[in-house]
Amino acid sequence: MLTDEFLDIDFLDETIKMQFSRRQFLTAAGGGIFLFFTLGDMAIFSREGQASSAPQGLPDDFNAYLKIGADGRISCYTGKIEMGQGAVTALALMLADELDVEPEKVDMVMGDTDLCPYDRGTFGSMTIRFFGPPLREAGAKGRRVLMELAAERLQIPVKDLETERGVIFDKTNRQRQISYAQLAQGKKIVRQLLGAVAIKKPSAFKSMGKPALRRDAQEKVTGQAKFAMDFRLPGMLYAKILRPPAHGAKLKDLDLSAARQVPGVQVIQDGDLIAVLHKHPDAAAAALEKIKARFERTASGIDDKNIFDHLLKVAPEGKVVARDGDLQKGMKAAVTNLDQTYLDGYVAHAPMEPHVALAHVEGDKVTVRASTQAPFLARDEVANALGIPSGNVRVITPFVGGGFGGKTRNRQAVEAARLAKLSGKPVQVAWSRKEEFFYDSFRPAAVVKIKSGLTAKGRIGFWDYHVYFAGQRGGGQFYAIPHYSVIAYDMRGEGRRSPHPFGTGQWRAPGNNTNTFGRECHIDSLAAMAGIDPLEFRLLHLTDPQMQRVLKAAADKFGWVPAKQPSGRGIGVACGQDTGTCVATMAEVEVDKRTGHVQVKRLVCAQDMGLAVNPEGATLQMEGCMTMGLGYALKEHIRFKDGEIFDLNFDTYELPRFSWLPKLETVIIDNKESAPQGGGEPAIITMGAVIANAVYDAIGVRLMQMPLSPESIMTALKER
Amino acid sequence: MDEKIKFTLNGKATTITVDGERKLLWVLRTDLGLTGTKYGCGEGLCGACTVLINKEAVRSCQIAAKDVQGKEVITIEGIAGKGRLHPLQKSFMEHDALQCGYCTPGMILTAYALLRNNPRPSTSDIIKGMDTNLCRCGAHNRIIKAIQDAAGKMQGRS
Repeated sequence: MLTDEFLDIDFLDETIKMQFSRRQFLTAAGGGIFLFFTLGDMAIFSREGQASSAPQGLPDDFNAYLKIGADGRISCYTGKIEMGQGAVTALALMLADELDVEPEKVDMVMGDTDLCPYDRGTFGSMTIRFFGPPLREAGAKGRRVLMELAAERLQIPVKDLETERGVIFDKTNRQRQISYAQLAQGKKIVRQLLGAVAIKKPSAFKSMGKPALRRDAQEKVTGQAKFAMDFRLPGMLYAKILRPPAHGAKLKDLDLSAARQVPGVQVIQDGDLIAVLHKHPDAAAAALEKIKARFERTASGIDDKNIFDHLLKVAPEGKVVARDGDLQKGMKAAVTNLDQTYLDGYVAHAPMEPHVALAHVEGDKVTVRASTQAPFLARDEVANALGIPSGNVRVITPFVGGGFGGKTRNRQAVEAARLAKLSGKPVQVAWSRKEEFFYDSFRPAAVVKIKSGLTAKGRIGFWDYHVYFAGQRGGGQFYAIPHYSVIAYDMRGEGRRSPHPFGTGQWRAPGNNTNTFGRECHIDSLAAMAGIDPLEFRLLHLTDPQMQRVLKAAADKFGWVPAKQPSGRGIGVACGQDTGTCVATMAEVEVDKRTGHVQVKRLVCAQDMGLAVNPEGATLQMEGCMTMGLGYALKEHIRFKDGEIFDLNFDTYELPRFSWLPKLETVIIDNKESAPQGGGEPAIITMGAVIANAVYDAIGVRLMQMPLSPESIMTALKER
Repeated sequence: MDEKIKFTLNGKATTITVDGERKLLWVLRTDLGLTGTKYGCGEGLCGACTVLINKEAVRSCQIAAKDVQGKEVITIEGIAGKGRLHPLQKSFMEHDALQCGYCTPGMILTAYALLRNNPRPSTSDIIKGMDTNLCRCGAHNRIIKAIQDAAGKMQGRS
């Protein structure tokens, strides 16, 4: 069972409206050769559709993928966005290879809802996996169309033509040639492509599979790269919005008189939206301080300590996700049992760029530049809020300064659009860091309970797994255990009230960090009980050759020396699956027993992701995952009570820093012949467990709750 | 109170009339249109807004505009030579030492000041010098290599 089948996409009532017409696009996109692909061609949508709980209303018009311009440049239109993950580079490589042009010739037009075909959003490591294959097919078909056009022009049959770097040649006489640019000159050719065209075999790749540096680096190192906060429109105002001190707090008294007296300030009150606008963002922030407001809080009594009891108390009936054998039989046969509970608190996305939107209204049309991972969802949210058709809203997505799942919802875009409409001016809403923490859709707190037992032979006899509120992703069972059951307790999609005291959502590899922490810590404990080296113990329970291969690859790179743990060496292992990719990580840590400080000295991560389209980009993502994972494993944790969030900036909510970083080593298994799988998330899932396992090996103490803070390590050492 | 502030900005004599208490970050971004300087936390905790004042790295969200009176301010837009990238900029590109790029201007300017004060930093000098600059994408180790590499090239050049 692939964990893939449980893509954890949790959308608000999503309705997809197709407002995009071919004529509209052609008007906007200028001259050249346009290649359109109808939905029937697109395996992508049926796959993405299946993965979602609501595949309703997919666009029935067409999806445009590319344009070949008279200058020979190729424009690739995609609803995907670039937030650092490197799609801007990898997608260009894929298209260039199939079209047979240099990657530098490809311009990526991303995340503009007026120009790009519909896309649900950039998350779930789906860009290369699901958008990639049809994009490659589009490239291959594009090349075929160009050859047909060349055949007409040169009066040579297609079978006698070949392409190289954007030029079509007569195979027998290379003097007879015509470039893509020449073919596109002075024309507006529209082709709709049906039927299959073969894509390249890995042996024919010119760009794919070879490391390529980021295409967006120069803009980013010179400060020229535009993020949503960097756009300036004539007459624009900056808004600051009145926020409650705690989630669930109700506004009781409001006095706007002092704020109104600030020179140049426009105060807006529209129902729940109370904002001050000024031509300088800092002046707006100062004016906001002049608002006198009294809120009444609700005392739920729920805080970061008792949240786990609360979650278990309100949990609905579980659903069986996976089951095999007979648990009762397994329990009877077990000679030693191990029952354990694993806890994971709320974690923030904390991208360096907060949520930002700049909206302006012209007639009945609204344009919003937003930091978003889901521009089409943002478009629909804005349209709903303003009561206008989605086709009247254009969302433009510039570079996004990190997302990690936190920028799929677009409250800030709705706020900016409402304020732009009310004020009659372009309005920027840029959340402060405090607002960013307050309104973050945190990684949900969750509980994993595992009951298990070893047989007389020291093998896992049964596995009774219960996951509360992390979802199923990563909870699947890939170890060879004769009797097992996996039950997930969740309220999602059932129209019930969220059990969480504030917003939660997808956080890089949603659910999988929690599930992999529980499973892989537990496997380690069972290995220790059985007196077997944890790597060997895993391999003894694995029949999946792919997982065996990544574990062995990690062990080779790491130089794993088997031993019964705890060995005092401070080394650990963990593995898992995410978005079709298998990953194994090994860690070496040092634990200061006087302070509880954990210093990770070395991390080795091996992954099998099928074809790595851009191995350099894939490595960057693995390093990013490992680095970000250090945070949730060691420090990150949102503290709160009665809906008030206590960690609202980086003084108390600590992100991984330079001084935390170990040596990072990566191995990408050579598997070019297989389809590309997820790359942006897999390597983060093992981080909690691999560090907890290495800490156990170092000091013989097992921590059941993330993060493994110095305080929790000191407490555990004292209790030992 | 509006006041006249004269300073050098990216090599050019500049005079602005603004409320001197306003933070430099917002004056640069809003009044002067230099948006390469980023807002990250507003409290001097992340380093995204770092600029150079008299060649020292300063958090522009924490400094009042009036405090640059008579000084030399350099932002990310101002460190490249005429048509030539600064070695640090080149090195960040060559090492893929960035992902989303939002912290990058602050990283480069902090490194610029670091190398000015210590042209041959050890790895631990770099870690110490960069430790209060935050990056969420996890480019840290590549940034360290990029700085080391740039330091080597700048040594060779001078």
